[in-house]
Amino acid sequence: MNCRVLLAQIEPTLGNLSANLEMHLAAIADARARGVQMVLFPELSLSGYFLRDQVAEAALPAGHAILSQLCERSRDVSIGAGFVERGEDGRLYNSYGFFEDGRLLEVHRKVHLVTYGMFDDARDFAPGDRFRCVQSRHGRFGVLICEDMWHVSAAYLHFISNVDALLVPSASPGRGVTQTEEPGLHSVRTWNRMQEALALLFQSWIVYVNRVGSEDGMIFSGGSRVVDPFGRVAAELALLDPGVVETTLSADATRRARVMTPLRRDEKPWLVQRELTRILGQLEE
Amino acid sequence: MNRLDIQCELVEQLLVRFLRSEAGKFGFLRAVVGVSGGVDSAVTAALCARAYGPDNVLGVRLPYKTSSPASEADALAVVQQLGIRTRRIEISAMADGYLAPNEVADRIRRGNVMARARMIVLYDLSAEWRALVIGTSNKTEILLGYSTQFGDAACALNPLGDLYKHQIFQLARHLGLPASVIEKTPTADLFEGQTDEGELGFTYAQADALFERMIDQRCGEEQLVAEGFEREFVRRIAARVALNQYKRLPPVIAKLSERTVNHDFRYLRSWGH
Repeated sequence: MNCRVLLAQIEPTLGNLSANLEMHLAAIADARARGVQMVLFPELSLSGYFLRDQVAEAALPAGHAILSQLCERSRDVSIGAGFVERGEDGRLYNSYGFFEDGRLLEVHRKVHLVTYGMFDDARDFAPGDRFRCVQSRHGRFGVLICEDMWHVSAAYLHFISNVDALLVPSASPGRGVTQTEEPGLHSVRTWNRMQEALALLFQSWIVYVNRVGSEDGMIFSGGSRVVDPFGRVAAELALLDPGVVETTLSADATRRARVMTPLRRDEKPWLVQRELTRILGQLEE
Repeated sequence: MNRLDIQCELVEQLLVRFLRSEAGKFGFLRAVVGVSGGVDSAVTAALCARAYGPDNVLGVRLPYKTSSPASEADALAVVQQLGIRTRRIEISAMADGYLAPNEVADRIRRGNVMARARMIVLYDLSAEWRALVIGTSNKTEILLGYSTQFGDAACALNPLGDLYKHQIFQLARHLGLPASVIEKTPTADLFEGQTDEGELGFTYAQADALFERMIDQRCGEEQLVAEGFEREFVRRIAARVALNQYKRLPPVIAKLSERTVNHDFRYLRSWGH
């Protein structure tokens, strides 16, 4: 895997799918012009985030014209984009589609819906029930939508599945402006620490794509970043403003990190499975 | 260092983007702000000037006949320093048109009428100017309910509502606002000799320190008392916060149908924008 990726830190309009599609097509055209292999958008990039009752109105069933357009554009550049999915079961999911070679290759449905603080995901969405990898022509990827990344078990499953990179689309508002030892938004600092920790622990590239803009005063912080398998920042975008940045997810960096510190080799997933079974069994009693 | 201290440059960046984004999405690029000579409206006007450009901000001075000349002088200093557009509209005749024949003597009622007269002018000018009314209420005041409903609390956007008074002063210094505005004793200037802290019965510093622990850090009464806050003060403030919840919410609608506006008809104001 040597994948040239473009992060599109956009400002979607709430519930205006056609305007958002245009924004996507423009960034995809930019990605093609740059000759990158993959362009990634934030969480719910096609719909906007705090949809509430707009969730049902913004939902796209399989084969919807908007999804078909992204399929069509994915023949020479792979695309990751967020949308409200109307599942075949009629339920609505906060989903992230990975489009490649003219088709919707994989959909990840957000598992860990965030329903605390300023968020109310679980009121509006059904949770996903699996973590499956995307086997792209450019590498093996695990998608974690925003809050999914806060659960180390999700990243662990992708680690065990031998992913090359964790793709983390997000719609994270910036909060916390008081003075502390480290400057910056408190929420951004937390995200950055987690990305660096997961990259180190799971020796994967972390591609975090956040959005910008304000939805009723919830000010999305941007600050999209790529962290390498050593936990070092390889690329990043400014806070608060739209922008794009490209970088290469190199297979060699991953290989070297895993040789120097062979965490995956020494990991004991069967032990984890056995102990989890034991602990959960005891908890049930 | 005070635990309430903010990163002023960061807050300025956030609020300027907030003002641009939330007004711009509705096609507004201009602001109307009532400028009283106090620190809150000075900070709001300064942020608007940065967000929209000084020529696109109308700072309206709205004195009543008993308003202190010092407040007026400070208001003028603010608009002049920021280079924003300004207008002086005295509300005496407007307010007295109601107050005098109806013999309204109660200070609170008179103050509320003045605050609502100012609101009428600001909203009318916002129509004339094709601008949004930008509010000036801070978090301390919102929590205490220390404002007039449909008066000074009325606005389209409020950039300061999540900042405590201490943080407003910090921002005012960062924005380089006139010293007289920052250093003077806060007053609503609704009657002679009025000061906020005199009327409230405690200082903003006391309220801010308590709120940071009570509201932001979710400490309960026992924890607050253990940290040194007087139990009586904690109870008095907590009661005041609860009592004034009505000022923070839209009117209560009787739920009769299968779908009620603002209850299970849930859309952001940014709906489609």
